[in-house]
Amino acid sequence: MINALLTYEFLQNAFLSGIIIGVIAPLLGLFIVVRRLALIADALSHVALAGIAGSLFLSQQFLFFSALNPVYLGIGSAVGGSLLIEKLRGMYKHYEELAIPVILSAGIGLGAIFISLSKGFGSDLIGYLFGSVSAVSRQDLIIVIIIAVIVIAYVRFLYKELFVLSFDSEYSKVSGINARFIQMFFMIITALVIGASMRIVGILLVSSLMTVPVAAAMQIAKSFKGAIIYSIIFGEIAVIIGLFSAFHLDIAPGGTIVVTSILLLLIVLAWKKIRGDRKTVKVGGSLYDD
Amino acid sequence: MKNTLIDLDDVYFSYEQTAVLENIDLTVKEGEFWALIGPNGSGKSTLINIILGLLKPDSGSVLLFGQDADHFQHRELIGYVSQKSNSFNSGFPATVLEVVRSGLTRKTGLFKSFSKKDDKKAIHALKVVGMEDYAKQNIGELSGGQQQRVFIARALVGDPKLLVMDEPTVGIDQQNVKSFYSMLNKLNREHRIAILLVTHEIDLVTDLATHVACLNRSIHFHGMQADFKKMEDEDISKWYGHPVRRVHQHIEETQS
Repeated sequence: MINALLTYEFLQNAFLSGIIIGVIAPLLGLFIVVRRLALIADALSHVALAGIAGSLFLSQQFLFFSALNPVYLGIGSAVGGSLLIEKLRGMYKHYEELAIPVILSAGIGLGAIFISLSKGFGSDLIGYLFGSVSAVSRQDLIIVIIIAVIVIAYVRFLYKELFVLSFDSEYSKVSGINARFIQMFFMIITALVIGASMRIVGILLVSSLMTVPVAAAMQIAKSFKGAIIYSIIFGEIAVIIGLFSAFHLDIAPGGTIVVTSILLLLIVLAWKKIRGDRKTVKVGGSLYDD
Repeated sequence: MKNTLIDLDDVYFSYEQTAVLENIDLTVKEGEFWALIGPNGSGKSTLINIILGLLKPDSGSVLLFGQDADHFQHRELIGYVSQKSNSFNSGFPATVLEVVRSGLTRKTGLFKSFSKKDDKKAIHALKVVGMEDYAKQNIGELSGGQQQRVFIARALVGDPKLLVMDEPTVGIDQQNVKSFYSMLNKLNREHRIAILLVTHEIDLVTDLATHVACLNRSIHFHGMQADFKKMEDEDISKWYGHPVRRVHQHIEETQS
């Protein structure tokens, strides 16, 4: 495997992209989870599906689109979808969550139309749906690096504001934080992370890499910084084990990455349960816990 | 001469053509402790939201620290503590220190990170409310009363001149309510922080407050605590729209 990694450019692209998205997906995922917006990642990934399917369909019809990387249209549509969700949330003030299923349905609907209209891009599409080790090009890697720089800069420079907005949105308004500006950027950044991750994890499983490592981290972290660190560690372990096993078994990495992160979550839950039981025993088997 | 921190003049506000606030005049000066009382639905929270800049009045003027509320830039001068239940998700992975330090977000400025000095300020604010030993603990592990003290520390960390609190003792047991109020008393007397407190607990609060405002759509009483105490229960019942009987409860100043 190590020899192959040193020899083949496509493997280097896949592993480097994987390591980068193993950082940025759980990093942004933590803010998504604590703000109870986990479904937004699902909605945007399905809008990205519409963009990818549209690009593949158009590439069969027009020469110009056959030279265009479908990832561009996928990212573009996810960003467009994120802005539409924000607009719809503003229009349904008392039912903001309605915006998510509306945009998710639109994404699936358009995706289904483009897939039905096209003739045979089965293997390409499977790669986009569940991820691929062999399909990551140098151009894809560059896109992932650019997006990672934007995401890390966003979190680094707006960390304080994102924390307040996530912890207590009422307080953020009172303290004069420009929540609308930060929220708008947050949606665009989420769309970019989905765009960056879909080549490796696949459109259908992107949201899992953004939420499952976070679910494990939240079981053990006491602080917000701790939750970020644990989320990234779990995300990286899942991506590395997932990519290695996908390469050896010659299957889609999306499945192996997500199943690994679910296993990590189960291990954390079991460890916490055992630890909790031991502590209960330590205080003399009484009902008290520390 | 004391500076005026809040100055409301002839403020009107309505929700979908239903009048909520009418002809509101209220002035809060440096170092004063105001209890804003009134029955449910009397417009207390709406008035607080107008003062905090979350709602705009239909008419009238709102001045904060002498500036028009629409153009008031120094939000850090006002510390805000809401009802505990509205405030946050108790499963949130954050330490007490992280929560208190977040009160410096606006003051630190956009794109800048917190420094060691900010951590020291947060620890100092925790000391003021008697919670410095809990700095590294997860906020969700604390009791309701302890969490409210942490939120007071978050409001204090930016050195505000005014604390605005909207029923901060909702969901806190009676014993903790008393020690919470004695801590507010200390903040007001020793740290000279003006307080505007919305509450239902007339008896507990009128012992502490220097001034009382009684609101039920319009302000029915607006003055010194001693004058409020002289009022007959029948008058207050008339303003409330239902019988009110005050029972004197002395709050001792305890070490917080």
